[in-house]
Amino acid sequence: MDWINAIIQGILLGGLYALFAAGLSLIFGVMRLVNIAHGDFIVLAAFLALSITTGVGMNPLASLVLVVPVMAGIGYVLQRGILNQTLGDDILPPLLVTFGLSVIIQNGLLEIYSADPQKMNAGALETASVALPGDLNIGVLPLLMFAVSVAVIAGLQWVFYRSALGRAFRAVSDKQDIAQLMGLNKAHVFGLAMALSLAVVGIAGVFLGIRTSFDPSIGPGRLIFGFEAVIIGGLGNLWGTLIGGIILGVSQNIGAQINPGWQLLAGHIAFLIVLAVKPRGLFPRID
Amino acid sequence: MPEPLLSTHRLDAHYGDFQALFGVNINVFAGEVIAIIGANGAGKTTLMRSITGLLANGPDMVTFREAAIGTLRADQVARLGIAMVPEGRQLFQSLSVEENLIIGGQMGRKGPWDLEKVFGLFPVLKERRSVPATALSGGQQQMVAIGRALMSNPELILFDEISLGLAPIIIKSIYDALPEIIGGGMSAVIVEQDIAKALSVAGRVYCMQEGRISLEGRSDELSREQISAAYFGV
Repeated sequence: MDWINAIIQGILLGGLYALFAAGLSLIFGVMRLVNIAHGDFIVLAAFLALSITTGVGMNPLASLVLVVPVMAGIGYVLQRGILNQTLGDDILPPLLVTFGLSVIIQNGLLEIYSADPQKMNAGALETASVALPGDLNIGVLPLLMFAVSVAVIAGLQWVFYRSALGRAFRAVSDKQDIAQLMGLNKAHVFGLAMALSLAVVGIAGVFLGIRTSFDPSIGPGRLIFGFEAVIIGGLGNLWGTLIGGIILGVSQNIGAQINPGWQLLAGHIAFLIVLAVKPRGLFPRID
Repeated sequence: MPEPLLSTHRLDAHYGDFQALFGVNINVFAGEVIAIIGANGAGKTTLMRSITGLLANGPDMVTFREAAIGTLRADQVARLGIAMVPEGRQLFQSLSVEENLIIGGQMGRKGPWDLEKVFGLFPVLKERRSVPATALSGGQQQMVAIGRALMSNPELILFDEISLGLAPIIIKSIYDALPEIIGGGMSAVIVEQDIAKALSVAGRVYCMQEGRISLEGRSDELSREQISAAYFGV
């Protein structure tokens, strides 16, 4: 029974990892930009939510209505102001700049919030659970987060393949010059892509802050989980990213079930196995 | 003499240290079709890239409806009503045929062209509207590229090497469709290596050689000898 429980908890955790990964996957898909500061933006969003909840006395889940638009705004300004200037044929400048951003965010947060671990309290929802047959209990909150994660992936999928914005994303991703000829300003389109990416990061950060304790230094670890979920699922496939997140979450929980020290190791091993067997991920997009 | 719709004034263009255009002057009047001919590397495509804003120029080097557009970005130029059918078709491979057309019309410029009218011009595209654009044959892809440019309802449309790499029968059907495409007051610039084809549709012709205009004149007044001298520089 413990094993089944571990697997179920792993699946639910996988939803969070998919949220970490979705924004990363989105901007790589649209502009071939690898955002090294992605994990730190997740932590930034968590601290933003913390300030809102403690300052205004809001439930952390309710803080989403502020955190998500603020993060989206930061994303747009960041892209137009800095990152667009780094994009070009060379992949190195955006890597270096986002690496620098990562350092700046970590130290900025350290300066403001100190290194103490923080956690947000979602109230009675945190202890509520639903009973399943066979002595299994599933927390309502993790279940809710998983449902939101699936909904976000579905929403991104819809935006990308069914909306005018997604059409613009795909066109600019295919051929930047020709997309300009269609009247699309790529600087603006890239700004919107980063805004969408950081909006998802906003949700991920709030969920992270409710689920576990966090401090300014944990961003890079979340970035790794995001990378691993993207690669396991296959680049450019959002549903694959969800599966990748779930595989990562389940492996971690099974590892922890065997030996509590093996949690992270088991996740990385699962990632390496997938990479060795299917280097393009389990569900690569067919082009 | 009316003011030209589009003109370039002593247009120079550079790729890094390499100068591709030297003082190019051309005029396109409203409702007119002109041809630009020349060998590979004569600067024809560079001229198209300069006009559309894909290459930045000096502000007054390109004017459209008497406004200087030389420093505008390509998307800003497109919004003014200049569309291009690029060399090699350059369709968006992640988009279906229909999406490629829709994105051509996404600026919402008013005019006669819409999805139905493009499908009316090229019925085969309607049948294959939902397949990826790059799954089509070369000729059909060229139809998508033309339709995509028309969807923006441009005042001036630039065709860059539309017959390159296509079978003669396809080239013929595209040139047969051109009068219907260009009719309705649209102006057009046709860039071609095939001199006979270019002369058959254009009222005036410019010949380019090594980044300069080597000859210009009315299609019906230029002799074969003049053109081959200007084309090959012999």
